[in-house]
Amino acid sequence: MRGMSETLKRTPLHAFHMDHGARMVPFAGWEMPVQYTSILQEHQAVRTVAGLFDVSHMGEVRVHGPEALAYLNQLVTNDVERLEIGRAIYTVMCYEDGGVVDDLIIYQVGDEEYLLCINASNVEKDVEWMTGQAVGFECLVDDVSESFGQLALQGPAALEIFRQASGQDLSGLKRFAFVQGDFFDTHALVSRTGYTGEDGVEIYLPAGETARVANRLVEIGKDHGLQLAGLGARDSLRLEAGYPLYGHEISATIDPLTGGLGWVVKFHKAANFTGKQALQEKKEAGLERQVIYFIMEDRRIARQGTPVLDASGQAVGKVLSGTQSPMLNKPIGSAVVSREKAGDPLFVDIRGHQLPITVAKPPLYKVD
Amino acid sequence: MSQIPEKLKYTKDHEWLRVEGDGTATIGITDYAQGSLGDVTFVELPETDESFGAGDSFGVVESVKAASDLYMPVSGKVVAVNEALVTSPELVNSDPYGEAWMVRIELEDASSLDGLLDPSDYAGIVG
Repeated sequence: MRGMSETLKRTPLHAFHMDHGARMVPFAGWEMPVQYTSILQEHQAVRTVAGLFDVSHMGEVRVHGPEALAYLNQLVTNDVERLEIGRAIYTVMCYEDGGVVDDLIIYQVGDEEYLLCINASNVEKDVEWMTGQAVGFECLVDDVSESFGQLALQGPAALEIFRQASGQDLSGLKRFAFVQGDFFDTHALVSRTGYTGEDGVEIYLPAGETARVANRLVEIGKDHGLQLAGLGARDSLRLEAGYPLYGHEISATIDPLTGGLGWVVKFHKAANFTGKQALQEKKEAGLERQVIYFIMEDRRIARQGTPVLDASGQAVGKVLSGTQSPMLNKPIGSAVVSREKAGDPLFVDIRGHQLPITVAKPPLYKVD
Repeated sequence: MSQIPEKLKYTKDHEWLRVEGDGTATIGITDYAQGSLGDVTFVELPETDESFGAGDSFGVVESVKAASDLYMPVSGKVVAVNEALVTSPELVNSDPYGEAWMVRIELEDASSLDGLLDPSDYAGIVG
């Protein structure tokens, strides 16, 4: 394995990862754990018990000021007016042409204050875009990524482990609701959100407290069967759940309607938003392409870029994400295909083998 | 540290070769290779009687993370293929030097073995 460049950033859990035997890889400018034991095993642990992920690489942006709400409602496609303190919303922000800048979660943390969680790979681009969009609004946009650590505790036993480790029972908290306050002798924001399709929490806390809290969760969780889980399992879990990943199912060239995120585009909200006109025109003209999710019976994995063919062998699209589903024990994936072909029998060309794919409505693996 | 059995020959592409003494050799991938690949989900192997030159791709080993070509360490004709890997690719992770052998070939030229790496040379590459 090649040595990792000195310029990669390290999360507050770097030493923790080394102590736990993680295999580290470069990801979005960070040195991150891809796996500790085995991707399949970590994935199954999250589906059956619980897994703990270091997601400190994610970006955090604080937006505050009298016009923070008006600003955000113009910036993103979902309706920020629906929020109240203690509630969060999933959304995308678009360019004027409807392409996606990033997907994000917005937490309303105060009367005129919001915390945005954005993708690690997009922090610089997003902050530049958001700063440009803020011109004329009485609000401030601060990149606070460096001051936060972030942990994701996910799986059917996640809330019980959290309760025993913190002494606080969050089982009454609704999905996409959160609490801010004293947890683990520090100030944290804990939300009932995640990127796995399982129940669980995401914990935002001061960077310097992250390792102590992670150790506490591991100590309590180990008796339940909690496992540390890396980016490999994070990707296979989100694909099984049918959650898009920026740069794959949504991107500057795949708009949210094409990417299956029409439900976060609120054409009827009071505020005009960036990209609205382009998206409305696309919708009225009829979308040319569509993102689909699929399951395969063959054992070969259709990876990003693999051609998608119709029955006559003509190329009608390409694979966006592909992996092995540890729960279905079959390859799964997503692809962007010509909309008029989306309902037809489809095939992928893997190293000269033309193999059928079965289009399925996500989630590809149904959580009980 | 990955295992590097003493009695085998190696390539820089992380394959091992065992000389069987009857003019054939058995080929697989090393412990280091399976560890780097992670969970193996699929192995694509050639048909028997197919001939390959040294360095030719004779199959594919695929893990959750990536698909990698298998390269023939020396020239030869395939005389046996490990069919067990079709249904149990995970053997590559659990027993890379034993149950997860991949192909047995009839050597075209026994002197071609001289170009392979000894265990200590291979240890120098993966160490």
